[in-house]
Amino acid sequence: MADEGWQQQRGGAVVNEYTYPILLGITAGTGIRLLLLRTDYRQYPTYLHGKIIHLSLGLIAAALGTLAVPSIMEKEFTAVTFLTLAASQFREVRNMERNTLSELDSYELVPRGNTYIEGIAVAFESRNYLVIFTSFVVTFAYLAFNVWVALGCVVAAIITSKLLMHGATLKEIVTIENSPLYFEGAGLYIDQIYIMNIGLPERQKEILEYGMGFVLTPKNFNVRSTIANLGQRQAILHDVSVSLGVYRDSGTPALVPLIKRDLSDGRIGVFLLPQDNDIQRAIDVIGAVPVLENAIRMPSEKDNSK
Amino acid sequence: MKIEKAILAAITTHKDEVGGGVPVFFCKETAQMEFIAANLEAILDGIAHRLSDTLYIIVKH
Repeated sequence: MADEGWQQQRGGAVVNEYTYPILLGITAGTGIRLLLLRTDYRQYPTYLHGKIIHLSLGLIAAALGTLAVPSIMEKEFTAVTFLTLAASQFREVRNMERNTLSELDSYELVPRGNTYIEGIAVAFESRNYLVIFTSFVVTFAYLAFNVWVALGCVVAAIITSKLLMHGATLKEIVTIENSPLYFEGAGLYIDQIYIMNIGLPERQKEILEYGMGFVLTPKNFNVRSTIANLGQRQAILHDVSVSLGVYRDSGTPALVPLIKRDLSDGRIGVFLLPQDNDIQRAIDVIGAVPVLENAIRMPSEKDNSK
Repeated sequence: MKIEKAILAAITTHKDEVGGGVPVFFCKETAQMEFIAANLEAILDGIAHRLSDTLYIIVKH
């Protein structure tokens, strides 16, 4: 008798009205997470175990988003409270990313900087919310309409995620020009922007031989404060060093890529020491540096008309 | 303790140019001054800055 009851229960649980919607919701959510887990020249998150962590968390997020729908339909409204649990769980993701990257940062020849790390951590957290949202919508569409509407929602979710997760890059907000480095006495300059004092003649020779200079001119007033942000500048130096290599070692503080600002017009002078002295490539890489959301300022939003 | 922005040493060919509490290296000629500055830069992990033709300082940044 007990066996029969178990059989019945089991038979009921294997395929019921919610099974396929839940499966589709979880698959769609995890798929979105996989899609957003890109690896590019910045070499993050290529770390293999990091990938597994994020896929697993994506799966959990997808399950949470999906299961909320049947819970509501079964009038189990309190079940939605576990979404708050999810929120605290994914804040943990942000902490985890921040801690890992900060630990690694102290051993980089050209560090990422805290602003960049914070931006990456926030992106990781928000991607999990996108997964929850996708799974929720897809499952809901399946249950409320049919599988085709649900599949349509998957496509829409992919497109919105791509749009939402694609931030601006530097080439959209500044013009990038190559400009020669030169010394005036001991001072190193790029297009009249003072970079640093290099005393030793042999260091000066090295810098003129290996160094490259670029001037980034802001396209409008808002951009001035964005590129003045020290975190944004460090992000530029880090990304370029990752892509083009860097001519320095520990214990050579004089050979350090630097960015200084022209106070009068907001241009910044980028002094680089790449191992690959390809000017066009350097311009491309600088142009592809993400505009950090923490560095964006909108002074022009202040209403000036009185 | 991490030292930031400190003058670690001064190297000069003019005795009158420096004084005070910083370690000072007196040199006879410019070539020797540059040699000592380059070595101290490597040893102290600082940057050799030139303040004038006869005076270098090593600064920890």
